[in-house]
Amino acid sequence: MGMTITEKILAEHSGREQVRPGEIVWVGVDVLMTHDVCGPASIGIFHERFGAEAKVFDAGKVVVIGDHYIHTKDEKCLRNVDVLRDFVKEQGIRYFYEPGTESYRGVCHVALPQEGHTRPGEILLGTDSHTCTHGAFGELATGIGNTEAAFVMGTGKLWLRVPETMRFVFDGQLDERVMAKDMILTVIGDIGVDGANYRSMEFTGATVKDCSMEERMTLCNMAVEAGGKNGIIAADEKVEQYLAKHDKSGKKYTLLGNDRDAKFASVHEYDAKEIEPMVARPHSPANRATARSLKGVSIERVYIGSCTGGKTTDMAAAASLLVGRSVKAETFVVPATVQVDNDLDEQKIDGQSLREIFERAGAKIGRPSCAACLGGPADTFGRVNEPLRCVSTTNRNFPGRMGHKGAEIFLASPMTAAASAIRGEITDPREI
Amino acid sequence: MIISGKAYVLGDNVDTDQIIPAEYLMYDPSRADERRLFGRFALSGVPAEQAGLPDGKVVFVDQGDEENSRSEFGVIIAGKNFGCGSSREHAPLALAEAGVKAVVAESYARIFFRNAVNGGYVLPLESPRRLCEMIRTGQEVEINMAGPSLKVADSQKGTIELRGLGDVSAIIEAGGLFAYAEQIGMIR
Ligand code: SF4
Repeated sequence: MGMTITEKILAEHSGREQVRPGEIVWVGVDVLMTHDVCGPASIGIFHERFGAEAKVFDAGKVVVIGDHYIHTKDEKCLRNVDVLRDFVKEQGIRYFYEPGTESYRGVCHVALPQEGHTRPGEILLGTDSHTCTHGAFGELATGIGNTEAAFVMGTGKLWLRVPETMRFVFDGQLDERVMAKDMILTVIGDIGVDGANYRSMEFTGATVKDCSMEERMTLCNMAVEAGGKNGIIAADEKVEQYLAKHDKSGKKYTLLGNDRDAKFASVHEYDAKEIEPMVARPHSPANRATARSLKGVSIERVYIGSCTGGKTTDMAAAASLLVGRSVKAETFVVPATVQVDNDLDEQKIDGQSLREIFERAGAKIGRPSCAACLGGPADTFGRVNEPLRCVSTTNRNFPGRMGHKGAEIFLASPMTAAASAIRGEITDPREI
Repeated sequence: MIISGKAYVLGDNVDTDQIIPAEYLMYDPSRADERRLFGRFALSGVPAEQAGLPDGKVVFVDQGDEENSRSEFGVIIAGKNFGCGSSREHAPLALAEAGVKAVVAESYARIFFRNAVNGGYVLPLESPRRLCEMIRTGQEVEINMAGPSLKVADSQKGTIELRGLGDVSAIIEAGGLFAYAEQIGMIR
């Protein structure tokens, strides 16, 4: 019987010819990623269970990165980074992206591909639910907990249940003011926040093929918001081009596709022409409405950032509307990574750098990190400390996610966020 | 095995930020004095109207007493997709620290389910029926793991069948991922 991409990767990593949905398999892990929120606890469990002298299974396969709570004065947050640094030293871990130093990179899910840790056909596990982002590269990537991460650190292995695959096929051309964020908000609105529970979500079709790598990352990033185990896109020449630039490992990789007779739990077809700028209203990523239908809803804040909406193409998309205009709502811009931050100076529209465009429009630009995407300590840049109404390019709008429990967060694309910032109310970017 | 306790009833899509808000994640669970704080702030992110259904506004852990980190409720009853959102293992840990033994929901977000099982914190049981509309916060419930099934004390409801745990029951019975791996000789 034929297998899907996800099934093929699981079979290959568990030493089996064939796997079927529902089976539990033990897989070998290619990359384990942990960060400053979950790393310290994972390290604690690792030492408690394997002993004070224990060594990680492979010092070249554990990637440690600080990105969440870093531009803060909060002592306990800073202590977390100390724990990571000590562990990296003790273990001789090769890849450590350390806040406050030259090696600092920014948000894990954007930084890891940029640093060449994301390869097709591999398994990447991370102590972060948005690890599914890396599926954009044809890799099986998913989030795990601290006990699991500690176990992987010691053994290089973990059990996974083989998920069924749901297929999302997009054909046709998107409007130039419609983005991948609108595609995924459409899907989540259709299937609900548990619509892909325990399952794999495959994104495919001509529209997805046309998407840039960063736009594909946005699609896979929010798979977890529908409950998905992973998002996955068959790797193609765009992935190869990206890897040629970023992957210095020299490792071989394989481009996998579904078998012709692979079985899918369901197939969902979309005409890209019909996708409109979308907004997810408070307090659920599935609480979808068209931006147009919310016209006139006033907002006090706009936040452009995170692994979902803080990549270079996201910044360029927002800037393309802000050029020569100014914002009415207080606007915070947070590049996901140092690379994106550099791109703010490198990339230009009408002779102005993206940074100049944001600054002239009156937006405040923060330092690369997760910042207010997950609230964090009260002094976090852009944190919603009052019950405000905010349009955000992030991925979650649960109560309190960005700070104040009474805040109303509307999730949207970078273009919709920029358009809304200009008018001070929720705005369809096609109107600008 | 029988688990009994007072039920605390919640609705659908209770996410990990509601179970333990991000502002408490900087505490270190490997330090006893900080670990108990997870219990103290368990479910502190649930909006008041949703906290302890059907009436809401039921305090889960009494904050008045500085020292308190335990809840009077030992069983959580919830709707669909319990534990969605972030991968934080602090979520099942917080519930366990507050004294919760089992959660009975219609379905779980997968990372919460895995963390509950692999960390050996709380039993994540599934109910094919919508118990969050059948049980009231404060009612005594009894879970019989043989079955598994659930009974509500002082009610005419009789015994409610729960879904079996399938392949992961071996890990739960062992007490979590590490204990299980030892049992099967994978680690020493
Ligand atoms: S940017 Fe937000 S969603 Fe992405 S890793 Fe950071 S906190 Fe998580």
